[in-house]
Amino acid sequence: MKLTELIEKLNLDVRSAKANLDREVTGGYASDLLSDVLAHSKEGNIWVTLQVHHNIVAVASMKDLVGIILVSGREPEQETIDKAEKENLVIMVTEMPTFELVGRLYNLGVTGM
Amino acid sequence: MKSDSRISKVQELVYEIRVRDVMEDNVVTVSPQTPMSQLQDILREKRISGAPVVDKDKLAGIISLDDFIRWLAGRQDDCPISEKMTRDVKTLYADEPLIHAVNKFEKHGFGRFVVIDRQDKRLRGIITKGDIIEGLLKKLEIDYHKEETQSERIQRFFEDIYADRIALFFQYEVAGKDFKRAGESSSRLKATLGRLGLHPQVIRRVAIATYEAEMNVIIYADGGKIRVRVEPHEILVKVEDRGPGIPDVEKALQPGYSTAPDWVRELGFGAGMGLNNISNCADRMNLRSTLGKGTHLSIHIFVEDGVKSETN
Repeated sequence: MKLTELIEKLNLDVRSAKANLDREVTGGYASDLLSDVLAHSKEGNIWVTLQVHHNIVAVASMKDLVGIILVSGREPEQETIDKAEKENLVIMVTEMPTFELVGRLYNLGVTGM
Repeated sequence: MKSDSRISKVQELVYEIRVRDVMEDNVVTVSPQTPMSQLQDILREKRISGAPVVDKDKLAGIISLDDFIRWLAGRQDDCPISEKMTRDVKTLYADEPLIHAVNKFEKHGFGRFVVIDRQDKRLRGIITKGDIIEGLLKKLEIDYHKEETQSERIQRFFEDIYADRIALFFQYEVAGKDFKRAGESSSRLKATLGRLGLHPQVIRRVAIATYEAEMNVIIYADGGKIRVRVEPHEILVKVEDRGPGIPDVEKALQPGYSTAPDWVRELGFGAGMGLNNISNCADRMNLRSTLGKGTHLSIHIFVEDGVKSETN
C-alpha cells in the first residue's frame, strides 16, 4: 500500500517531506526504544512511536523507513521537522493512541512480520 | 528543458528510449464507416478522448472528442466518421527515439500521436504525454534499482588501483553530551559510504553499528573519535572515548543491561540494546575498556559478506 493511501484512510496530518508521499509501505513497526527500532524494523516500514525528538529522524533514515507516525497528538519538535525535511523523511501525526492506530494499520493490511 | 550544459539523466533517456517502448499498443480503433452517433459511446466506454480510424489495416485518419463536439454543436445529420475525421494525421514511427515525440508534442500541441511502422506503415500504437512520463519514470526506477543492487563502484575503484594494500580513512569527532548533534557522524558516514557505492546492506550495517557506538559516546563519555578504515575486503570502525570506562564489560554486553540515567531512557535510549545491536551488525567486534580512562570499540564488517541482514 502507498503511503498516500494510508494518510488518507487514517486521516493523518503530514508534518514534513510532503513531496515524498508516494513510497510503498512494506510493513510496520511500533516501539519507543530507538535501539529496538534499529535492530528490528525493516526497510520500507512505517514506524509508530511517541518519541518526538530529532534522533527519531536519524534512526528512520538509517533503516530507510518510509515514515514515522507520532501518536496521541504528540507534535514533533521544530528541530525534528527541520532534520526530517533535510533527510526527506515523512513525519505524520495522529490523535489516536498507539494501540488504536496499529490496529487500524493492521486492518488496512500493514503487517509486522 | 533547462539550458544547462550538463546532460541530465532524463535528457539521456529521451534519446535512448524508443517510442515503441512507452506507447500504448492495445489501441482502440474505429472504422471509417462507423456513424458519428456511435462515437460518443465508444469514447466513453473505453475512456479515451480520440481514436485512429483504420480502413483495412491502413491508417485512414484520426477522430477526437473535439471533432465529435463540433459535429454535435453543428446539429448536422448523422454521417460516417470518415466525413469528419482528420485525414492528414501526424504520426511517429515506432523506432524513433522519444526525443522526436517530445519535440512533436511541443510543436503541434496535440494530445496524442499515432504510431506506425516505418516499413509497412501499419498502425502500431498510440502515444500520449502521459505515456512518455510514465515510461521515463519506469526506466528511472529500474536504473535506480540496478544501481542499488549491482553497482559496487568502490570495488571497481579498488580494482583500478595498484598497491599491496589499499585503504580509505575517515575520521569523525563526537562531542560528549551533545544530543543536538547526536547521530550526525554516523549519518555523514552513511552518506559517504553511499557515494563510494558500497552495497546498501553493508552500508546499513556499518551505519547502525556506528550510530549505536556514537550514542554510547554521547551518553556516557565526554566525547571521542570515530575512525573508519575502508578496505576492499572489510570495513573497520574504531570508536574511542575518554569516558569513565565500563566496570563490567561482560555484563554490559548482555541484552537489556543498562546503566543509563532516567532522562536518557525517556528519550528512548539506554535500553541496554546498543552493544547488542552492534555485535549483531558486526562480523567481529572487540571491546576494551579501562576504568577512568575510556573505552575502545572495534567493529569489523566484511564486505564480501555484504548481503547478511543487519537484523539476524
